[in-house]
Amino acid sequence: MAGPLEQFTIHNVTDPLFTIGNHPIAVTNSAIFMLGAVAISSVLLLAGAGKGAMIPGRVQALAEIFYEFIGNMVRDNVGSAGRKYFPFIFSLFIFTLFGNVLGLMPYGFTFTSHIAVTFFMAASIFLAVTLIGLFKHGLRFFSLFFPHGAPLFTAPILIPIELVSYLSRPISLSVRLFANMTVGHVLLKVLAGFVVALGIFGAVPLAVLVAITALELLVAVLQAYIFTILSCIYLNDALHLH
Amino acid sequence: MTEDERKADELDRRLRDVRQAYNTGVGKPSGSTGGSAGGGGEKLGVGMRIAVEMVAGVVAGAFLGLMADRWLGTKPWLLIVGFILGCGAAFLNVYRVAQAEEKRGKAERDAVSKK
Repeated sequence: MAGPLEQFTIHNVTDPLFTIGNHPIAVTNSAIFMLGAVAISSVLLLAGAGKGAMIPGRVQALAEIFYEFIGNMVRDNVGSAGRKYFPFIFSLFIFTLFGNVLGLMPYGFTFTSHIAVTFFMAASIFLAVTLIGLFKHGLRFFSLFFPHGAPLFTAPILIPIELVSYLSRPISLSVRLFANMTVGHVLLKVLAGFVVALGIFGAVPLAVLVAITALELLVAVLQAYIFTILSCIYLNDALHLH
Repeated sequence: MTEDERKADELDRRLRDVRQAYNTGVGKPSGSTGGSAGGGGEKLGVGMRIAVEMVAGVVAGAFLGLMADRWLGTKPWLLIVGFILGCGAAFLNVYRVAQAEEKRGKAERDAVSKK
């Protein structure tokens, strides 16, 4: 029987297409699921946006719910200055959401359960947000690292702590998503192992498994939500500086 | 033609109203899901946030210290300093999450008691 961690292995689906340095690059199962997430969400949203009917059908209503959900999130957390960044935030949410949920499908692969993927996303957000803040505020951006109104002699302690706190953002952002997805899938696999091993008494872990699957669906949606809302909060910090 | 113009004016007016309502938050649909993602799930999310925040600060501080040590050749010292700073940053982050949560909870309670 497959071990609980085997579901996370990445294997090449095609022969290596080209090499970067000495590393051959091929289409992997992870890449296929990423492309799948992009394709499915694109088809769904384009179908929803295509008609523009006054009374939305099912697909259009779904697309509108997504749009409104992220629109409200950006407005509540960033304000009207964040309207410019709505397309990015929206794509981020849809990509993470579809990655998380597609991973729960049978035979699915969760690309968000790889720290390489989540850390790349978090690091690009972190870099982009920092650059946006620097361009918008210039050197005044660094006042982010000194709390407003603190006595000046505390600066030698406060500034390094604030700096480390700021630099820990991409780590916490990526680890949260990666850990949640990995732990959920390992848990499901371990419980599924009990179902087989216990024979007739396997009905008990099977019942638990059904409940955990529902919980995992909640976690998948929730983590996509948290990942996006935290990006909004970071963007707000950079745009408005306290 | 005049019929079309009248319609265009009407549309303009309605667009303006909607836009104003959007910016002031008046016409926001009451069932909108802007802020929350359901009762129990939200608490779970906050718990996870705090747990990860505790680790991330320490990891960031220690990593920075380790890298600075390797760069400057001051073997254990900057790692120790970085670790301590990381603990401070982790506490700060957890405190901020808790503070934001409390503020949000208070606003929600006020909204409920007003009703």
